[in-house]
Amino acid sequence: MSTFEETIARDQRVEPGDEMPEAYRKTMIRQIAQHAHSEIIGMQPEGEWITRAPSLRRKAILLAKVQDEAGHGLYLYSAAETLGADRGDLTRRLIEGRQKYSSIFNYPTLSFADVGVIGWLVDGAAICNQVPLCRSSFGPYARAMIRICKEESFHQRQGYELLMTMMGGTPAQRDMVQDAVNRWWWPSLMMFGPPDDASPNSAQSMAWKIKRHSNDELRQRFVDMSVPQAEALGVTLPDPELAWNAGREHYDFGTPDWDELKRVISGDGPCNAERIARRRQADDDGAWVREAAQAFAAKRVPAP
Amino acid sequence: MINHEWPLFEVFVRAKRGLNHVHVGSLRAADHEMALHHARDLYTRRNEGVSIWVVRSDQVASSSAEDKQAFFEPSGDKVYRHPTYYTIPGSVPHI
Ligand SMILES: [Fe+2]
Ligand SMILES: [Fe+2]
Repeated sequence: MSTFEETIARDQRVEPGDEMPEAYRKTMIRQIAQHAHSEIIGMQPEGEWITRAPSLRRKAILLAKVQDEAGHGLYLYSAAETLGADRGDLTRRLIEGRQKYSSIFNYPTLSFADVGVIGWLVDGAAICNQVPLCRSSFGPYARAMIRICKEESFHQRQGYELLMTMMGGTPAQRDMVQDAVNRWWWPSLMMFGPPDDASPNSAQSMAWKIKRHSNDELRQRFVDMSVPQAEALGVTLPDPELAWNAGREHYDFGTPDWDELKRVISGDGPCNAERIARRRQADDDGAWVREAAQAFAAKRVPAP
Repeated sequence: MINHEWPLFEVFVRAKRGLNHVHVGSLRAADHEMALHHARDLYTRRNEGVSIWVVRSDQVASSSAEDKQAFFEPSGDKVYRHPTYYTIPGSVPHI
């Protein structure tokens, strides 16, 4: 047994300087980078509402939330760099479409209720995914996840509170919430990835203890958590097949449109092009700042 | 194309008085001053610290994973460095 295999078998963490199979390193870099890209692209759908928030309180909250997502991206790029990946290179891969990010951020945010529903459902699904990743076998990734999970709870609660406020408002406001739930429910279920029998890389990730639960297990957990929350809020989840199954002690639910997930992942979602164009523009617009700061630093401290 | 990537810095945060600075992660910055500002924004958004150190990652020397054995083994057989090595009758107080 190699040191790496022993470390995994003993449920200890793999650390950056350790010897590890090349495939493990590559998988880890890819997963961390995709996760980082998701956090960074994830700032856009909600960021669009910062200037249109209905009150100063909501604006400050949304600003803090979006800033947290930037932070999550940076914790993760930091973790990827411990494996020899280069942050600038990862950003280029994202912009050139060579690396992916979560499908969920390719949907548009049509009303302010979307901000609430994203906090409740999208951050809620992210929490389901991320809590087990706090025990992921790669140390820097697991530690980044612990930090992230601590902050996600605020994200979910501010969203739910926003929705409760709107549900206590006018019929038009309640309709906005229901409309947003209708649009985000299925894409949220897709965040857990394809069904287990169509998820070929999962077995290896489970064996390496990068992943701790299967996609379908986590999806079920999310549905079970969300149904009572929807009831408390007074909204209907748009799934006629949703029903408590006393035998399984879980909710039964319908099948997400997996073709839609495939389309959105492969670049054909409602906002894919817009999201990448925006990221590219931010990178281009920031180039002179990076250069100027570097030139200024070089002037102040002569290179040794 | 010139590489305009900023250098990498390791960040250490003292969570509160009385505790050591602890490594929390890394970030990119043009210089130390910027690294401190970025570290504050990135790692202490919720009062997680009262003091921050940043150090350029390429200035950190590290024991290598390969000779981990040779490096740490010498302390392995020195059991007499631990208090439990010594047998003292239970009747002796405060020792
Ligand atoms: Fe996040
Ligand atoms: Fe979040």
